[in-house]
Amino acid sequence: MFTNRLPIAKLAGAVVALSAVIAAVMLSINWNGAEDSTAAPKIDDLLNIMIVVSSVIFAIVVVALAYALIAFRAKPGDESDGEPIHGNTRLEIAWTVIPTIIVLFAGGWSWKVLNEIEETNPRHLTVDVFSQQFAWSFAYPGKEYAYSQGVLHVPVNRQIVFKMHSQDVIHSFWVPQWRIKKDNVPGITTTAIVTPTKTGTYQLICTELCGFGHSTMRAKIIVQSESAFEKWVGGLKEKVPTPMMVSVKQDTETNPEPLERVEAE
Amino acid sequence: MVAAFTRPGWYRAVLCTVLAAAFGVGLVVLLRSISGLSAFQSEQAGYPQVVVPLILAPLGFLLGIGCFDYWLRWGFGLPTIPDDHSSHGAYSWKDYFKVNTDHKVIGVQYVVTSFIFFLIGGLLAMLIRAELAQPGTQIVGASTFNSLFSTHAVLMIFVFIIPMFAGMANYVLPLMIGAPDMAFPRLNALSYWMLPLAGIMFLASFLAPGGAFDAGWTGYAPLSTSAPLGQSFFNIGVQFAGFSSIFTALNFLVTIVTMRAPGMTFWRMPLLVWANLSTSLLVVAATPFISGAQFMVLLDRILHTNFFQFGAGGDVISYQHIFWFYSHPAVYIMILPGFGIISEVISVHARKPIFGYRLMALALIGIVVLSYSVWAHHMFVAGMFSWLRVPMMLTTLLIAVPTGIKIFSWLGTLYFGKIHTKSTAMLFALAMIVTFTIGGISGVMLGMVPFDIHVSDTYFIVAHIHFVLFGGSVFTIFAGLYHWFPKMTGRMYDERLGRIHFWGTLIGTWGTFIPMHWVGMDGMPRRVADYASQFGDWNLLISCFAFLLGAVQLIFVYNMIVSWRFGPKAPDNPWGGKSIEWLVSSPPSVFNFDEIPRVVGGPYEYGIPGARHAIMPGEGAEVPATQQTVVGS
Ligand code: HEM
Ligand SMILES: [Cu+2]
Ligand SMILES: [Cu+2]
Repeated sequence: MFTNRLPIAKLAGAVVALSAVIAAVMLSINWNGAEDSTAAPKIDDLLNIMIVVSSVIFAIVVVALAYALIAFRAKPGDESDGEPIHGNTRLEIAWTVIPTIIVLFAGGWSWKVLNEIEETNPRHLTVDVFSQQFAWSFAYPGKEYAYSQGVLHVPVNRQIVFKMHSQDVIHSFWVPQWRIKKDNVPGITTTAIVTPTKTGTYQLICTELCGFGHSTMRAKIIVQSESAFEKWVGGLKEKVPTPMMVSVKQDTETNPEPLERVEAE
Repeated sequence: MVAAFTRPGWYRAVLCTVLAAAFGVGLVVLLRSISGLSAFQSEQAGYPQVVVPLILAPLGFLLGIGCFDYWLRWGFGLPTIPDDHSSHGAYSWKDYFKVNTDHKVIGVQYVVTSFIFFLIGGLLAMLIRAELAQPGTQIVGASTFNSLFSTHAVLMIFVFIIPMFAGMANYVLPLMIGAPDMAFPRLNALSYWMLPLAGIMFLASFLAPGGAFDAGWTGYAPLSTSAPLGQSFFNIGVQFAGFSSIFTALNFLVTIVTMRAPGMTFWRMPLLVWANLSTSLLVVAATPFISGAQFMVLLDRILHTNFFQFGAGGDVISYQHIFWFYSHPAVYIMILPGFGIISEVISVHARKPIFGYRLMALALIGIVVLSYSVWAHHMFVAGMFSWLRVPMMLTTLLIAVPTGIKIFSWLGTLYFGKIHTKSTAMLFALAMIVTFTIGGISGVMLGMVPFDIHVSDTYFIVAHIHFVLFGGSVFTIFAGLYHWFPKMTGRMYDERLGRIHFWGTLIGTWGTFIPMHWVGMDGMPRRVADYASQFGDWNLLISCFAFLLGAVQLIFVYNMIVSWRFGPKAPDNPWGGKSIEWLVSSPPSVFNFDEIPRVVGGPYEYGIPGARHAIMPGEGAEVPATQQTVVGS
């Protein structure tokens, strides 16, 4: 076995040390910013697990390459060949099977997280999101006159189900601190679920290229206590414009999931 | 003078282009007036009087330059000489500007043309980074900015990376398998001549009213179906680029299957040949999907069909399904030939057989099969049926396994070898292993749906694609160009300049694309002309590294041009390779071999005394006994 001729213990030590350093540095940084929804910590945990796994894989590659370059560099003037080693079945099986297990583990964990963050709570609040080049507007349940442009208010610690409708091209609804993103697609209704856990002001960012105004297509989000939210909605005077209402109804026909708002009317 | 316009060549090409364009305009005017419409239509998406000539003029050019002469003569029953070699081989630089059927000439034509598009695409990238160096708008407005990054990506993908690999394989693949040429030399010439047409069309869209196409390289409907005229230039240009790569892929498939030298079994093919076999399988089955998608967009725009118009029964998301059914395989079309190059370079410069050769070949085939089943990982947040996400996540993650096999086998190949790093080719190959690993890791992270929901369409994606495409594909292209430069030109390049280019490129790539991961996760979306000022410092840093990266490419250009002209004469086998392209002269003779070589062993028989891959005509015919044994661990 040629493996006897390699300083396996030292190499393993180097991999452990290097991956520990990389992982420690990477884990100490908060990459994704503030965690202001129930989904955020779960997604960040997933990221952290991947950081650890990836650090090990990256360290293996770097250490293996570095050692090869140190130990097997040709001496100047040496024109001879290396050893005629064509492969090693056990090693090849190992680097097929172990990565398979790792990625399936990552897949399983992701699946679990995905189910958790998309689980609907019976006590959720449905809010309609309307997007058009290059503006956002929102409609709240309960009464006809509950429409706001450019600013979205939501209650804290309550699950919000966003029903999204686009009037023209595709836009995308992203709030980094909530770790939530969903395209708004003309012709269908798309859904995103989020439970904000902190009050405050956020920015809603459009992340799907939608034309020359794409980079400025933003809206303000205010997360507040449930009572403050109720009061704010109660004070709204604007009626949902007809094209928006039409799109809600039209989209519902092409969308298998029933829309509460429309049904309630 | 008249003769100049009847012979195939540039005069006739210009004439036919003009005639075809005029015919197109005339046809539109005629048909429209018959239908009682105004002769010209200048709504934003329409312009049939431009679109139809845009399809016909390139066909006129191809006719004029002489791509169809032989077939037409045959079709009209005129005398033809089946093995007419009058347009074979280059005897002066002028022959590179003619329709030529020699795979080596076509290879050089491809490489040089696509490299020119790389430089133009790179220039656009410099403009993008200049605009993004600071928040706010400084250099270009938002609309122009969208055109810039769209054309940048389209040039890099469709007329640089894909055809560059096709060109390099065009040159070395027939030599490697001991074939005198490709299976269909005239088809090969046609494939090449469509490439500059596609590139010029993409660039010409800057002249269209409303500016160049600006819906991204992905051209999502309905943004693209209602975009100004420039979008049609993209729709049509892609057809020419697409047909070019489909024809080349067919050519490679037939060449590889039918034209291997005696003794060259599938398991004796160099991995570059395996890689191009896999790539071609992807191209022939996937590329028709992007042609189709762009045709449907074009029809929606011009004829008001309703494939993707949501108000009229069209389905917006189906565009993305069709597009990604091509474009995910396309990302492997852009890396598998590079995997082949790295295998050759590493094995030759480490003087070692490839570690686990068969698993390496099988991994390529595994990637081909899997890559047809992962397209919707680009659509995790697109609002498609949600049940599709988990299956696509699992296949996406599994595709990392064959990709990992490649990395580990290259590392294994280095062990107990004699690694020579004097060649810049090897430096790029070694660096690619590490850089590409990072791109693979970020790919796996993106495959995990919950994380992708957060970073999809942010700068994290930009970081991922550049680590795999720059740190992967472009590094392999440089490795291959340095590796085969002596073979192609018969000259050696300057290693000192090569090293400067290498280190500059490596530092530039990491410096530019690593911080993009961070700003992406932290909240910066992609495809924006302006961004929140909190990201200003990072973007300035990114831009500085990007300018470094751009500048060092000029060193490469200088090195290549000057060495091609004045470099020292190259020996036939400067790196001591075993595969057949190193056993012929540099550059090879017009028909490659006087007589077809005989293959007697695997392609990487380093370290086995007396072992041979191929026996050239006129050499002793004995096969060493050691050859028969496969040496294991
Ligand atoms: C380990 C293998 C890989 C995996 C698991 C992977 C995974 C992914 C995923 C999930 C996305 C979509 C992210 C999103 O849009 O939200 C993506 C995007 C992309 N990947 Fe990869 N990838 C891998 C390797 C590659 C390679 C080898 C290339 C090309 C050489 C490549 C090129 C791209 C490109 C161009 C995009 C962006 C497309 C766009 O939206 O413009 N990837 N990758
Ligand atoms: Cu947008
Ligand atoms: Cu993909």
